[in-house]
Amino acid sequence: MKINTKEFKHCDMVSIEGRVDSSSAPQLSKALDAVIGKGVYKIVVDMSQLEYMSSAGFRALLASQRVCRRYHRGEVVLASVPERIREAFELAGFTELFRTYGDPLEAVGSL
Amino acid sequence: MQTVTFSSTFDVLDDIRSFVGEQARGAAFNEKDVYSIQLATDEAASNVIEHAYQGRLDGKFDVGCEFRKGGLIITLLDHGEAFDPSKIDEPDLKADLSDRKIGGLGIYLMRKLMDEVRYETTQAGNLLTMVKRKG
Repeated sequence: MKINTKEFKHCDMVSIEGRVDSSSAPQLSKALDAVIGKGVYKIVVDMSQLEYMSSAGFRALLASQRVCRRYHRGEVVLASVPERIREAFELAGFTELFRTYGDPLEAVGSL
Repeated sequence: MQTVTFSSTFDVLDDIRSFVGEQARGAAFNEKDVYSIQLATDEAASNVIEHAYQGRLDGKFDVGCEFRKGGLIITLLDHGEAFDPSKIDEPDLKADLSDRKIGGLGIYLMRKLMDEVRYETTQAGNLLTMVKRKG
């Protein structure tokens, strides 16, 4: 898994490449925490290069969404969610907890 | 049944997904089912590593895979702490963000993704059996 964080005017974009499981999820949490630690609470998670995500990755996203929304009026939104991952998200009941966008830049514009 | 032994570290999850993925593709499951089988097995193995062995890195567990009677049978056998599925609450998927519990999701996904999920305590160890039927 590779993670790349890019700064925009009103938000940061965290792009995930590869596979997120129990082994790599701590790295994703760390990247999201680093953004939150700078005081940026609007985050786009770009999943266009994501191949796989287990519940360990879901938990990392949920924990960040909680902090951003509850304490800081921010939001984590998801962009370009691959079909298989979207299906697992639906099973887990995560679709109502995250706004999703077809395109990362469209997601940036929404925040 | 083809069986592979793995160590109780999260680094093995990639190899476990490749192993069951190959078996599922060999049995001509479609890509959606292959993903489901890989995800369910990953969740099961993550639970073994995290809960049965509780962070011990020297544990071993076996993953078995076999296609029989129209279904892919996946077994996980470990020698760690026994798992009592009745102690795991189903996650409340209707709960809003602040009430949403962060655990219990793995086993919930396993049950949703597979047609059968069974836990047994045997003389050989803790045995989990999952079945995905074709079509």
